Amino acid sequence: MSAKLERLSQTLRDVFGNRIQSLVLDRGEVTIEVSAAEYPRVARQLRDHADLRFEQLIDISGLDYSAYGNAVWEGKRFASVAHLTSVKHNWRLRLRVFADEDAFPVIDSLVDVWPSANWYERESFDLYGILYSGHPDLRRILTDYGFVGHPFRKDFPVSGYVEMRYDPEQGRVVYQPVSIEPRENTPRIVREENYGDVGHG
Amino acid sequence: MAEIRNYTINFGPQHPSAHGVLRLVLELDGEVVERADPHIGLLHRGTEKLAETRTWVQSVPYMDRLDYVSMMCNEHAYCMAIEKLLGVEVPLRAQYIRVMFDEITRVLNHLLNIGTHALDIGAMTMVLYTFREREDLMDVYEAVSGARMHAAYYRPGGVYRDLPDRMPKYEVNKFKNEKMVRELNANREGSMLDFLEDFTNRFPTYCDEYETLLTDNRIWKQRTVGIGVVSPEQALAWGFTGPMLRGSGIAWDLRRKQPYEVYDQVDFDVPIGKNGDCYDRYLCRMEEMRQSNRIIKQCIDWLRKNPGPVMTDNHKVAPPSREAMKTNMEELIHHFKLFTEGMHVPKGEVYAAVEHPKGEFGVYAVSDGANKPYRLKLRAPGFAHLAAMDDIARGHMIADVVAIIGTMDVVFGEIDR
Repeated sequence: MSAKLERLSQTLRDVFGNRIQSLVLDRGEVTIEVSAAEYPRVARQLRDHADLRFEQLIDISGLDYSAYGNAVWEGKRFASVAHLTSVKHNWRLRLRVFADEDAFPVIDSLVDVWPSANWYERESFDLYGILYSGHPDLRRILTDYGFVGHPFRKDFPVSGYVEMRYDPEQGRVVYQPVSIEPRENTPRIVREENYGDVGHG
Repeated sequence: MAEIRNYTINFGPQHPSAHGVLRLVLELDGEVVERADPHIGLLHRGTEKLAETRTWVQSVPYMDRLDYVSMMCNEHAYCMAIEKLLGVEVPLRAQYIRVMFDEITRVLNHLLNIGTHALDIGAMTMVLYTFREREDLMDVYEAVSGARMHAAYYRPGGVYRDLPDRMPKYEVNKFKNEKMVRELNANREGSMLDFLEDFTNRFPTYCDEYETLLTDNRIWKQRTVGIGVVSPEQALAWGFTGPMLRGSGIAWDLRRKQPYEVYDQVDFDVPIGKNGDCYDRYLCRMEEMRQSNRIIKQCIDWLRKNPGPVMTDNHKVAPPSREAMKTNMEELIHHFKLFTEGMHVPKGEVYAAVEHPKGEFGVYAVSDGANKPYRLKLRAPGFAHLAAMDDIARGHMIADVVAIIGTMDVVFGEIDR
């Protein structure tokens, strides 16, 4: 398996050269990172190049890095991570792209390259507010009609801002500010590296 | 001549054949679908966000509630992702148990799918037969985990406990007399594996029964042959996986192509379709059940012969035994740390995928070294399938939309997450 991954990473280096910002081979998976400007072109080549042939876009996931680790996150905040599969060569690839601006994250859409990107990008837009330019139908998909905000951003509380109840006086369903007290049963702790040393039991 | 008008109708979210809470806005020209716009999210519970606020182990039961007809396969992908991040080895016996329960789950899922699909397009009897067999398999679920559906049986590092030595039995009550109970309990006298083996011996006959009801049934064929045709190129471009991809003739099965656990040790065939229509996908699912039955048999044989641990002995990941915890200081500390703070997963990101009954179910987990996931993205097969609804349904009659929903095997727990 690892020889195969070496071959994949070598092919990627040969084809893209310095157009990929980083290539990581970790835990049997290859991750490449590209700039937002190169993203759609790299994607198209990944699909069409005979030695790569990633015919399938398996998944696109939005990511908000603003609360990563203990320290303050220095880099760009929003990323879009695509998982690709090649049925022909039987290998996988992760393709990450960061949106240039944190306040107004825009990334090019992949709908023209892989039609399956359509709903994944809608989802990522809905949950993270990443705008995919060139997407034909960028509507919200998972949240309620008329929902405000992007719920998976790290600064969005788990309980949300509004709750819904039936109001017997008005005879209809009304929205009101949440009455739930936020609580955390198990605090989130980031320990130093190799804490507990899982590898050695 | 009467004036022809176009209609826009809402299909669901309370339509019995919408398989849950699908709201499909159909634009019709007479009876022909011009555009299908699925509105999803009515079952959105924010599982991924919730998982960010729970420790790694606390999220296992959420996975059951994603695709609530193939519970253990979801857990499997999630546990595999954690194990990959940690670099923990799973004991061989646990791997066989997982493979066995994955296949039980596959049978459970396909039984439900074929039963309800047939019910949706007019074959009422089918569902009665398939639910009869689901009952036996859910009893097996119950025997190992205590829950008929939401098992939470797989844990990072193995499975929660070894297979039980006996099956729960029926008792006499005012509805069941002694003679009935004796008959019902006839195959429950031995261990869980004995019961399951008895089931695998009976199951091929049941499959034949289903096939007599459907495979050559004229009405069934009229409703499925040539309906919802997907070409291999389309299937790849739309990100189809599982029977939806294999039905179009692409031999792609993660169990074979990227084997995980012990799938490279067991013998099975991967059926593929030719025409990519609803009927071929039905035939694929039918054959997959028979193949799953074969795998279950092989796992039973192996598990009978090879006792051993079912959970990793790495106590940074899995809790120590109760007895050790009570007598040994170090184990007590492990126990305390695990149940208060939870395990710490090293920095990194992984994508773990299993061949779920519906397709490729993947878990993309990002960890920043905390005791909780930083980001958990669940890749649901049904999401990609439903996204292609508009393209597949266009030009079909409105009644065929029901057949297409059925063949896609949509379950909203996983699509809405």
